[in-house]
Amino acid sequence: MFAYIVRRLALMLVTLVGISIIIFVLLRVVPGNIVDILFDAAGFVDPTDKANLEKELGLNLPIYQQYLNWIDGLLHGDLGYSYVSEKPALQEILPRIPITARLAALALLFSASIGIPLGVLSAVHQGSKLDYTLRVVSLSGLSLPSFWLGLLILMASVSLFGTMPIYNPNPKTWTEALAIYAVPAMAVGFRSAALTMRITRSSMLEILRQDYIRTARAKGASETSVNYRHALKNAILPVITVIGIEAAFLIGGLIVTETVFNIPGVARFLVEALRWRDYPIVQNLVMLIAVVVVVANFTVDMLYAAIDPRIRYGD
Amino acid sequence: MRSVHALAAAALLLLPAYDLASAGEPKQGGILRMYHRDSPGSASIHEGATYSINVPFMPVFNNLVMFKQDVAQNSVDSIVPDLAESWAWSSDNKKLTFKLKQGVKWHDGKPFTSADVKCTFDMLMGKSQQKFRQNPRKSWYDQVNEVTVNGDFEASFELKRAQPALLSLLASGYTPVYPCHVSPAEMRTKPVGTGPFKFVEFKANESIKLTKNPDYFKKGLPHLDGIEFTIIPNRSTAILGFVSGKFDMTFPTEVSIPLLKEVKAQAPNAVCVVEPINVSTNIIVNSSSPPFDNLDIRRALALALDRKAFIQIMFEGQADIGGTMLPAPGGLWAMPKEMLESIPGYGPDINANREQARKLMQKAGYGPDKRLAVKVATRNIPIYRDPAVILIDQMKNIYIDGELDVVDTAQWFPKVARKDYTLGLNLTGNAVDDPDQSFYENYSCGSERNYTNYCNKEIEKLFDQQSAETDKEKRKKLVWEIDKKLQEDVARPIIFHGRTGTCWNPYVKGITVMVNSSYNGYRYEDVWMDK
Repeated sequence: MFAYIVRRLALMLVTLVGISIIIFVLLRVVPGNIVDILFDAAGFVDPTDKANLEKELGLNLPIYQQYLNWIDGLLHGDLGYSYVSEKPALQEILPRIPITARLAALALLFSASIGIPLGVLSAVHQGSKLDYTLRVVSLSGLSLPSFWLGLLILMASVSLFGTMPIYNPNPKTWTEALAIYAVPAMAVGFRSAALTMRITRSSMLEILRQDYIRTARAKGASETSVNYRHALKNAILPVITVIGIEAAFLIGGLIVTETVFNIPGVARFLVEALRWRDYPIVQNLVMLIAVVVVVANFTVDMLYAAIDPRIRYGD
Repeated sequence: MRSVHALAAAALLLLPAYDLASAGEPKQGGILRMYHRDSPGSASIHEGATYSINVPFMPVFNNLVMFKQDVAQNSVDSIVPDLAESWAWSSDNKKLTFKLKQGVKWHDGKPFTSADVKCTFDMLMGKSQQKFRQNPRKSWYDQVNEVTVNGDFEASFELKRAQPALLSLLASGYTPVYPCHVSPAEMRTKPVGTGPFKFVEFKANESIKLTKNPDYFKKGLPHLDGIEFTIIPNRSTAILGFVSGKFDMTFPTEVSIPLLKEVKAQAPNAVCVVEPINVSTNIIVNSSSPPFDNLDIRRALALALDRKAFIQIMFEGQADIGGTMLPAPGGLWAMPKEMLESIPGYGPDINANREQARKLMQKAGYGPDKRLAVKVATRNIPIYRDPAVILIDQMKNIYIDGELDVVDTAQWFPKVARKDYTLGLNLTGNAVDDPDQSFYENYSCGSERNYTNYCNKEIEKLFDQQSAETDKEKRKKLVWEIDKKLQEDVARPIIFHGRTGTCWNPYVKGITVMVNSSYNGYRYEDVWMDK
């Protein structure tokens, strides 16, 4: 197991280096840099001023030199300066991380705490009205775009309560604080809750047909014990995989949700930085997301081993 | 629908009616909460080319002179002193001298003097050591030879030739005076001004905060304790924020006509006005390469336009038809209706116009069996894309098959500057309702914003002639003549001039939405809240 962990960590490092190169090259390949955008949006291009700005921002250097400068900075904890705000990139990114992290964690919590029990219920009551209802709910969760759901929630909130849960950095009450995160988390987490529900249901149905479940029932185990101790424990592995993948994909949903609910997190910031071709922000943020995805995958693999003793990595 | 029409009518015909809203003794205090439509790239007005910068940062500064903030129509007649005590033209109209106010302090406590005026305009003219990163309005000062000072409180603009429009350019929200002792880089992040509100904080994508300047040189002003902008790029969320009471007013001129109905339905007490914004939706025609190097095809295109249909579909009838200059009653330089209708394509009989267009197309070798295929390039945002779709539909009537070519915003300007397009749908905003700003920027040979490569030396002479003309009526007639020629040459066919809405809660007093500019009315020193 130790050898496996070391091998996985080494692989993670290689993956991240590969990602960093891809991010860097792709960003430079995308047409238009910030100088183009600043000057051309102004409708006035003085070639000398433009060249001066490119030099000031280091955009005149060969691409490999720009890459090495970035990596060198990263290794020394220097993420560079935002081209737009002219503040250190770290100072811009850091305060936004907890905001998105809270939102993502709540969304995942919502997804798991709703998706797993409802998936189990749906499987246990297969073919019943409850099953059909839950399947419709999960289908709608997969079909509704999160921005639409978000807007719907906002409109309902304005119509019913005359207020709306958009971000406020200094909430006055705990309910306001909860609403700031919980409501958008529900909007973004609904889709992954639906997916979790479907995966849990199908995984449970498969397990419930196994011989050892029949044996457990024959030995007189209660339904609760059969469903949760014997079946769910074994059905949970694909669910964990899905939740792990969803954690990685969540950032996509969060971009929309943070925009609709006006939450100043990293996801929305990334889109805005991309619009301006603010390379120091984009490349560092994408790297951060890459690290999160790689670590999430690693964690899922480790959880596999912890939950299922049959799995013995590296043995 | 009826209420929107009523609103528009009230807005256009009863401009001074705003004053009724601001009647009464102003109350002190309160924070004006507003949403901002996007995160401005910087806080430096001189380096910007969007009112996303003017709206939040104009209150930080003063100009030498400014357009009176409670008069909706910007004109030379509504220009009032700001940092200047008074001004005077020399007898040959080639020197404009300002006497400056004394005792004015920058927000950091340093005194304001004529040196600040000189260094601001030297930077704008590219004559100083300190440089702006970008300087989009450098051409505004092409006729200024030098800015000279006489003591601490007198500054003069010495011109190469008479240019009466200079005063209007100086009154624009785009022309604040900067302090000499603060670098352009600092001005992008922490602007220091002399204005009614001091800069507190600018969190990109989040918020902009301004606080009252207690030492403001205009006694008793401002009334508000501060202004807070919450940056909300999603328009639906922002509007919901306004109707739910989180904001006292919308971002100026950002409520579209269809959205206005929603606002009025959900917040019936809101005060809303619909005004022209001096932004024209136009066709950019690449006249330097086939097929639009052929004047017949360009004229056919102009003749095919059904402008009223555009306006009906996009604005429910609430937009204006005109030439380059903003139409009346908002615009000061608009051609008379009869003159406008004499231009090919502006006549009321669309079928007759199109019949003429088809003949021109046939003369150029096209017809029902040989249709012309063109790509219509435009930005991938609704205000560009929607009219482009209507244009494509209308062009079908004259044997032109258009294909929509949507371009990412970041790529739009480089593409147009490279002239890498055949036909494009474009929006052109004018910072000041003055022909000098519009003609030189968009139609003079070699100008960076002359996207169509249009170049006519005869018209250029007329540009200079009208620019130097000090008799307002004579100048107006010259401007009409130029505008008519530009349309006849199909330099950049103007489809319509848009209008948009602004809403605020009734307790917000002293708001005036300018009717011929989107850049000059955001000082907010007179605004107060009745609550």
